[in-house]
Amino acid sequence: MADERRRNPRPGLVLEVDRSTPPALFHYGEGFRLEKLPAGRSRILYPPEPLPGLNNPDQHIRDALENPLGDSPPLSALLTSGMKLTIAFDDISLPLPPMRSPDIRQRVIEAVLDLAAQHGVDDVHLIAALALHRRMTESELRHAVGDRVYDAFAPSGNLYNHDAEDPEGMTVIGITPHGEEVQINRRAAESDLIVYVNINLVAMDGGWKSTATGLSGYTALRHHHNPQTMVQSRSFMDQENSELHKSNWRQGKVLKESGIQIFQIETTVNNNTFGHDGPLAMLQKREWEWTLRDRATFIGYQTGLRRMNPSTKRKIFSSWYSPYELTSIQAGEVEAVHKQTTEHVYKQQLVNVEGQTDILTMGIPYICPYNVNSVMNPILVACLGLGYFFNMYRGKPLVRKGGVVIMTHPTPWEFHPVHHPSYIDFFERVLSQTKNPTEISQRFEKAFAEDEWYRHLYRTSYAYHGVHPFYMWYWCAHALDHLGRVIIVGGNPDAVRRLGFRPATTLHDAFEIATDVVGSQPTITHYHSPPILMADVQ
Amino acid sequence: MIKEQLAGKRIAITGSTGFLGTALVELLLRKIPDVELVLLVRSSRRTAAQRVKRDIVNNDVFKTLKEELGKEEFDRIIQNQITAIPADISLDHLGLDSDGLEILKSCEIVIHSAASVSFDEPLDRAVEVNLMGPVRLVNAFKDLNVTPHLVMVSTCYVAGNRKGDAPEQLLTESPFYVPLDWNDETNAARRTRLYVEDASRRPPNLESFRDSARSELGAAGTPALARKTEQLRQRWVKDQMVEAGRNRAKSLGFPDVYAFTKAMSEQAVEEVRGNTPLTLVRPSIIESSLRAPVSGWIRGFRMAEPIILNYGKGTLKEFPGIPEGIVDIIPVDLVASAIIAAAAQEPKSETTIYQVASGSCNPIRTSTVTDYVHSFFGENPIYDDKNQPIAPAKWKFPGRGRVAAQLNRSQRILGHAEQTLNKLPIRGKPAMFVADIQDRKDEIDKAIEYVTLYGKYVECEASYSVENLLALWDSLSADDQESFPFDPRIIDWFEYIYTIHLPTVVTKGRVKTSPTKSSGKSRSARIRNQVLDPQRQLAVFDLENTLIASNVVASWSYLATKRLPRAERIKLVTKTLAQVPSMLALDRKDRTDFLRSFYRRYTDAPVSQIDDDAYEMFSELILAKSFPAGLRRVREHKALGHRTVLITGALDFVVKPLKPLFDDIISATLSHDGNSYTGQMQQVPPIGETRAAVLRRFADENDYDLAETIAYADSTSDLPMLEAVGFPVAVNPEPKLASLANRRGWLIENFQPVAGSPSKLLPLGSRTSR
Repeated sequence: MADERRRNPRPGLVLEVDRSTPPALFHYGEGFRLEKLPAGRSRILYPPEPLPGLNNPDQHIRDALENPLGDSPPLSALLTSGMKLTIAFDDISLPLPPMRSPDIRQRVIEAVLDLAAQHGVDDVHLIAALALHRRMTESELRHAVGDRVYDAFAPSGNLYNHDAEDPEGMTVIGITPHGEEVQINRRAAESDLIVYVNINLVAMDGGWKSTATGLSGYTALRHHHNPQTMVQSRSFMDQENSELHKSNWRQGKVLKESGIQIFQIETTVNNNTFGHDGPLAMLQKREWEWTLRDRATFIGYQTGLRRMNPSTKRKIFSSWYSPYELTSIQAGEVEAVHKQTTEHVYKQQLVNVEGQTDILTMGIPYICPYNVNSVMNPILVACLGLGYFFNMYRGKPLVRKGGVVIMTHPTPWEFHPVHHPSYIDFFERVLSQTKNPTEISQRFEKAFAEDEWYRHLYRTSYAYHGVHPFYMWYWCAHALDHLGRVIIVGGNPDAVRRLGFRPATTLHDAFEIATDVVGSQPTITHYHSPPILMADVQ
Repeated sequence: MIKEQLAGKRIAITGSTGFLGTALVELLLRKIPDVELVLLVRSSRRTAAQRVKRDIVNNDVFKTLKEELGKEEFDRIIQNQITAIPADISLDHLGLDSDGLEILKSCEIVIHSAASVSFDEPLDRAVEVNLMGPVRLVNAFKDLNVTPHLVMVSTCYVAGNRKGDAPEQLLTESPFYVPLDWNDETNAARRTRLYVEDASRRPPNLESFRDSARSELGAAGTPALARKTEQLRQRWVKDQMVEAGRNRAKSLGFPDVYAFTKAMSEQAVEEVRGNTPLTLVRPSIIESSLRAPVSGWIRGFRMAEPIILNYGKGTLKEFPGIPEGIVDIIPVDLVASAIIAAAAQEPKSETTIYQVASGSCNPIRTSTVTDYVHSFFGENPIYDDKNQPIAPAKWKFPGRGRVAAQLNRSQRILGHAEQTLNKLPIRGKPAMFVADIQDRKDEIDKAIEYVTLYGKYVECEASYSVENLLALWDSLSADDQESFPFDPRIIDWFEYIYTIHLPTVVTKGRVKTSPTKSSGKSRSARIRNQVLDPQRQLAVFDLENTLIASNVVASWSYLATKRLPRAERIKLVTKTLAQVPSMLALDRKDRTDFLRSFYRRYTDAPVSQIDDDAYEMFSELILAKSFPAGLRRVREHKALGHRTVLITGALDFVVKPLKPLFDDIISATLSHDGNSYTGQMQQVPPIGETRAAVLRRFADENDYDLAETIAYADSTSDLPMLEAVGFPVAVNPEPKLASLANRRGWLIENFQPVAGSPSKLLPLGSRTSR
């Protein structure tokens, strides 16, 4: 029965809440809440169940490399002895949570390296394409590429983190007709072939965003990582309607026309975030299907978590590795590859939804792309809710113009001093003065982006780039522009107010607070994620 | 007629910069036409003329006169009628030069009101000023061969602590007179000083001063300790001399050394005056003016004011005294008028004495005064820091012993609390609590002082008769009475205390009288603005506990364990932990010695490996334990164009990754042979007094002004550096530094690690598999 279900997963679901509906699960940082939603005017969006993974992924990988899409020759035809090869791969921000070993990047890279070795290619560099993210630590790199690859390339200095602030290491390729500079890693640009190894977790990832953004730096990124672009990307998860992607695609065109050869390998994984069974399995089940054992386990967690201090909870949660399975791999020419990849992503994540809602509720989990092995600071809470979750739509936003978003997250006034130094200053010095993304970008961005100290920390320590907190705030720009109010339930009131949001103690209080924006009988939609779901709003 | 009598006369005045003296000068200028005033003023940093302008003429008591005359006329009168001559009554001939002596010679009247009025002067100082001062004055007259009319201001309290009548008579004529030789007393006082000075230099005493200095400052380095030790010695000498004065006065039945030396001086002047006619004016406790030139004028804080304020603030919940006792207060304008009236009288050969007091002719009881004060603060409360009105207590007069015991008990409790807290390894906000205790202790200290010093006055039950004074009053014309009112019977006590004196005290005391938040910025915000002013030139930072919460032991332990197998790491750390107490003890005694011995542990450490690992340590240990607000402050200074310098006892390779934050880094360095470290430092590490010296040299070489320099540090061992700069900032101060900084008005910052910092139980290097 269970196997049967796994082979034929159910699609996503929009559940109309009635009086018999059990309380819904809300993620709440390193914890959970069960919340009863008002009957008759609430609905809950459930993601589709995990698609079955591909059997024998290594074979699929080899097949993809030899059967490329678009006008690309097979990889083996592109590899020649004496050539310069650069393999770039997605960084720690993907997938979320990190996947169990072996990571899909390791499998793909090993396959590519095997082919390269067969063809006598020995000038190979492996670059973590982290753009302005923090450098990956040794153990993180080992997890992504595997010990074998790491030990073969890292000691000789041929496996390393991309450094967008290395004046020698970056090169400007050209300018788009829109005046956008295209800048990428010099080693990659000067290689005979770039093989990009991607994990396409959400619809925003991949395509030209891989090379044009991942191997890029502030010079190029500022042209699309800005409030104006973000407000006009509706949403940035929907390539067809995303200014962000149009800009990236323009930059990609410049790359292509400059003669840089790119062999794009994109992978998709299923939705199996918490496992079909195992300790967290109930988190991806629908509440009314929880078994007695699920309930008991959940109560046990709640009791245990209440007694733990934040850093212990953080340690426990960050030790979770998801049993993702590969659902597709395609290789070859960037745009052709990405078209198919996106279809696979949609197939796993898309849920049809009828019409918008007055209030959108969302439980904010413990992890987002920028706090792996780190602290989810208030800016990241805002970004995950208003940047990522809010934008998980195609068509129209889930919530109507002028509506309300209610998130649940403890939102502690906490930061990781090594990973997020510029976030601390952004929170203390910038958000204390204004929350307006455009004003923020005009008044403060340049100073942070060009700050010597942040640059030093980005390059030599493990810090996100000085400008990164600005991007997180710009990510929220569309939502901030669209919404009438944002409320965080159970958050640190000072931190919540600093974000410009309203704190509420309970979800009920939050509904009360929302009434003067959306009236007394608003419609409510709960975005039940993770696992990831994307709404196709008609 | 007083005006006619004194018009155009030349009058010399000593003590004109004092409360009574200034009132005298004002009244004379206002009422006596063409009077010529010769003011004998001690020159200090300022010349006599400057002091006259600053301390007398610019005082607000002259406001009325200035308005009456207009500025030009006023300036003309000051210019023409006042002559300032530098003089010092503790020197022979008053330290006058020949010109000064000539001028003094030409004076027909000399009003001597200079005195050390403090109730707890050191014995010898009180003797030199109060007793020998007038003797020198009279001797000068003799040498100049003149006999001006000497009007000497004394005090009612020369009568000593006694009950019943104290008439206007010479002390030697009193039935209670204790025969004393003023010469003997003078010599004894001078000998006591020599004896105490000697005693203060005896080894056990010197040792105890040094111990106290160390316990106050911690490991602040030899020069700082030396300075503190000498300060403590001098303070001890002063305390001994004060005690000697108090005891001598007490043994003779005087309330304090002031009354005692004044009594001696009356006797001495009477003995040496020869033909110089003498009038003694003995006021009781002088307080703010009743009417002229304005009601409620006062200068400085006198005796009753601190008591009243402390009562209003709730510090003094009880006060000694007898409810039915009489408080003998006299407004300053009455005293000035009486002196002028006395000076205008035809001098007689025998000494004339006037007591200017209210107790016998218009008495007010202690209980009445306290009722007024109680209801005044009930209606006009003082507000505390939290904007809550302070309810005044009702005094029950339990007697001085009980009051003192109660205060001493609080003092003891706070003292213990402070000692205990000082020993705890706390810093930052909790340490500020110690500073608060220190403040409370200071307040109680003062309260105890008031009780011991002033209590006697409130308990004094003598009644000072004023027959001579009233006779003089009756002899005056109506016009003189109008111009120079000094009849104590004119005082309406409720009006005087409730509507004149108390409002004055509250205004002068600058206490909060309304619950509104003080306008403008807090004190720290103001100092912070000064610190972050582009005008400053140099910003110097300590590292440990100022910018990061780590230390040399942690960084060594990190580097030492980074490449060790697990079992050995644990062993090494356990061993190190066991040595912590002895390391701490050494650190507390002398930080340089501690570092020297600790850095030996780097002996044979490979240079290149340490350099590599130091960068990982920067992320895992230093940044993880950094204070973001501190790092931000460094950058703020840099942005303001200040040169930023890190001066630290940490090793160069440890702090190297911090380089982009600072313009310069001055750190300790180990010598090495190219491959491995020797464990010996190349120079004395820049900590303690060396840090101050290094900073001085740096400022010197680079042409920076230390007065425009800001220094951030966390410990008393940094005192030499903090004291060397114009803008010291105590960061997360340990208790000792917290109370020091608080007292000195330094900026105190609490930089903390950001919540969410990764916490490592032990400072172990994360394993690398290379």
